[in-house]
Amino acid sequence: MTTGHMTGHTGDIILEARGLTMEFKGFVAVKEVNLQVRRGTIHALIGPNGAGKSTVFNLLTKFLTPTRGRILYKGRDITAMKPADVALLGMVRSFQISAVFPHLSVLENVRVALQRPLGTSFHFWKSEETLRDLRGRALELIEAVNLTPWADHLAAELPYGRKRALEIATTLALDPEVMLLDEPLAGMGHEDIEGTAALIKRVSADRTILMVEHNLSVVAHLSDTITVLRRGEILAEGPYEAVSRNPQVMEAYMGTGHA
Amino acid sequence: MSLQTRDTLHEGLALRGGSPKVLLTGALLLLAVLAPYALYPVFLMKVLCFALFACAFNLLIGFAGLLSFGHAAFFGGAAYVAAHAVKEWGWTPEAGLLAATAAAGAMGLVFGLLAIRRQGIYFAMITLALSQMIFFLALQLPFTHGEDGIQAVPRGHLFGLFDLSRPLTMYYVVLAIFLGGFALIWRTVHSPFGQVLKAIRENEPRAVSLGYRTDRYKLLAFVLSAALAGLAGGTKALVFQLASLTDVTWQMSGEVVLMTLLGGMGTLLGPVVGAALVVTLESYLASTSLPVPVVIGAIFVVCVLLFRRGIVGELLHRLPGKGKR
Repeated sequence: MTTGHMTGHTGDIILEARGLTMEFKGFVAVKEVNLQVRRGTIHALIGPNGAGKSTVFNLLTKFLTPTRGRILYKGRDITAMKPADVALLGMVRSFQISAVFPHLSVLENVRVALQRPLGTSFHFWKSEETLRDLRGRALELIEAVNLTPWADHLAAELPYGRKRALEIATTLALDPEVMLLDEPLAGMGHEDIEGTAALIKRVSADRTILMVEHNLSVVAHLSDTITVLRRGEILAEGPYEAVSRNPQVMEAYMGTGHA
Repeated sequence: MSLQTRDTLHEGLALRGGSPKVLLTGALLLLAVLAPYALYPVFLMKVLCFALFACAFNLLIGFAGLLSFGHAAFFGGAAYVAAHAVKEWGWTPEAGLLAATAAAGAMGLVFGLLAIRRQGIYFAMITLALSQMIFFLALQLPFTHGEDGIQAVPRGHLFGLFDLSRPLTMYYVVLAIFLGGFALIWRTVHSPFGQVLKAIRENEPRAVSLGYRTDRYKLLAFVLSAALAGLAGGTKALVFQLASLTDVTWQMSGEVVLMTLLGGMGTLLGPVVGAALVVTLESYLASTSLPVPVVIGAIFVVCVLLFRRGIVGELLHRLPGKGKR
């Protein structure tokens, strides 16, 4: 149980789950999860297949509604909010299967995220040219993820690792306070993993990151805090050194021997 | 300021000079202007009405990814509104068309509010059910005259100036209406709104995660599509001086799906080509003993099997150097 912060002053906790439970027709996917994500850190949520990582993730971003429990963002209860509104508060998620807009160009992918603050997104009578001012900022973001040579290509044409990079650029376009990354390194080749991990580290400078990952080793040097889930429950939590030496984690998560 | 204007002007001129797109547009316009001297104007007007209808439908399926199976309600419903307003209330043709467009837009708002939260086949089924309700209303309400429809609708004078009973005048008015509708669709597709719409079509959960309340965007697209389908239906009522049950049947909803898929869903010109093809085939086959639905059905099957992108979609795909879009 969390120790009693009674009012909105949760100090440096930016995102918190209290007693989060999700049942699907009798099957308990997530059970009494209490999670605290500290501002400005990289927090990793790991666990074997079926541990409930993605469910927790979908609950936190409101793509699922919990059976029980509460979610607080900056001390504010967001349990009943809609996913689009959570994004407007500054908490933006990515998706496990790459979440690009395949038949828009790389530039348009990023621009679509940039254009909402203009307030013209319902203006069907205006020219696309009115979005031209966003081009510079979009190209900066594309540059930041090393996609400049692909700016005018369709997102569908990018190799997998580059799609993930584009996704991060699109998420960054909203300048979110909290970025939730769903397996950002999954399915990547070795060279892409290093580059993307460095990118995540770089963009974490002035924001909070919560990421779901399958492998403990990938997040080892990246995260400040690691939460290990098993069968919908929290098994262990702490920095990598502590978590990786936890006998329960070694047994349950890494199987019998070393991983 | 003046520098900027000159810049824009320069770009505009450069565009006018070289781009094959602009040349193609010019050629098509010229063709449309000269067409009534070679072909029967009523046939051409029928093509244009259905082309606008298909373009309106395509705005929804091609750019918002929503399959409506109830668009006949807007097309046929608006035809009744235009016919009744012009014939019984003595409204001018432009007022009748405005009323038809507005009525279809209002119907679209109601349909949209009820259907938009559902996805895929459920969305299609709800729109079908609602349009069947409109069909039964059209069958039962006294002002529609049931099986007879509203006949002998006067075409009147547009803005009190142009005598629409003259076929050529009527043709150019219909052409102008079509071009206006088409331009609005073109602009919508290439607007900030169109960008969001395409993003929703491509990946709705991602659009939500970027903070877009996607239901509202889909609803606006639905209302626009319905209103333009209504404009097409109202125009057809003036052309044929008739509003009948045929235009509100579910078969009409199916026909517009067929036209759009044949021509190329998600391309701007595709629905126009599809509509022209279907209308031509229908009028050609009508004078033969061949069963029309069977022939069109067979063509549809062949089209789906051989070129799934539709005629225009396939052409665009095979054009060399098509990196984008």
